Amino acid sequence: MASLKDLKNRIASVKATQKITKAMKMVAAAKLRRAQSAAEAARPYSAKMAKVLGGLARSMDGREGAPELLAGNGRDQVHLLVVATAERGLCGGFNSSIARMARQHARRLMGEGKEVKIYTVGKKGYDALKGEFGSIIVERIDFRGVRQLSFNEAEQVGKRVLEMFADGAFDVCTLFYSEFQSVISQIPTAHQLIPASFPASEEEGEGKMDFVYDYEPGEEEILGELLPRNISVQVFRALLENAASEQGARMSAMDNATRNAGEMIDKLTLSYNRQRQAQITKELIEIISGAEAL
Amino acid sequence: MAEAFPFELVSPEKQLVSGEATEVLIPGTEGYFQVFANHAPLMSTIKPGVVEVKMADGEAARFVIFGGFADVSPAGLTLLAQHAVDVNDLDKADLERRVQEAREDLADAKDDEAKAKAADYLDQLTTLQSAF
Repeated sequence: MASLKDLKNRIASVKATQKITKAMKMVAAAKLRRAQSAAEAARPYSAKMAKVLGGLARSMDGREGAPELLAGNGRDQVHLLVVATAERGLCGGFNSSIARMARQHARRLMGEGKEVKIYTVGKKGYDALKGEFGSIIVERIDFRGVRQLSFNEAEQVGKRVLEMFADGAFDVCTLFYSEFQSVISQIPTAHQLIPASFPASEEEGEGKMDFVYDYEPGEEEILGELLPRNISVQVFRALLENAASEQGARMSAMDNATRNAGEMIDKLTLSYNRQRQAQITKELIEIISGAEAL
Repeated sequence: MAEAFPFELVSPEKQLVSGEATEVLIPGTEGYFQVFANHAPLMSTIKPGVVEVKMADGEAARFVIFGGFADVSPAGLTLLAQHAVDVNDLDKADLERRVQEAREDLADAKDDEAKAKAADYLDQLTTLQSAF
């Protein structure tokens, strides 16, 4: 049985922890608001981009000489997994759920006899994957020093992926990140970057193009320019979604931690009081029985 | 009063303009062109330069944009800029940094095609720089 002093110390330390988690929750909430508005501000661009590219891709469909970024290079042997995670932990299952998804994907591909290469964006993803896949992590980058994510960071990643593709280092590229739904729900998502894939749902009837575009310079030149940029845009979007998800996950994790700490304090206080009372009773009995003996 | 049409200017980081415009001057890769209402559907890439916008309420705005592309459709004009800033907010140092980067890109370019591209870009940037 722990002594009164021990219990007192425990309570003090849990209280201190609770203060920290409470502060972290508040910080996460403030950061979440910023991250969310950044993600929202980026949405029109990527939505437009997807629409335009989707239209172009459909018109190129079935035609000879479609760019490799769009149609793939005809092979399906080497897969590059770009795994985007956070720089810091203490955000619940956020990092591990992305890593788990990437790991399962990698194992499945390996099971099919494919070659897998991994590019980790963010420190935590590297930490989580280096144990099993250390030898196939071909590239890693983290943005620990970056305060506010801008398009430049995404472009760095995008350019590197494009370089590797141009060098023939892989055939198919998939991006892993976490889609922000709400504070309590972030969905780990895999999105295929190369060959480009477009969400099928963007066909809204009226969005269909029933007119013919003039292209300046040419359709293929425009595609050739847009496709590489699309990679960076997708990476950027993923990074922003990730940033919002991370803060959301941290917020709910810290909320839980604060609540748990509260429960623990209650329990400890209860047993502290009980023990104190027991001690007083014991002392009283000792005094009374001492007096009776006289 | 000229007819207005919906106009949007977006960069990956944010939406800069969304509203009704009456005329927009765009630095297309193959030359400047001006868009009015009911322009024929056109998709064009953009070189670094200045976009001049006249909004429907008579206000004029100028933006410096660094590449991107324009999508003119019956639904309106959308400019997807790689990076865009209001002329008044243009940071000389930022521009210089971009020129510097373009120079490095040119030096790093491996094949002729990339070299030509980088040289073009640098050229456009320096033109832009000298305009201020």
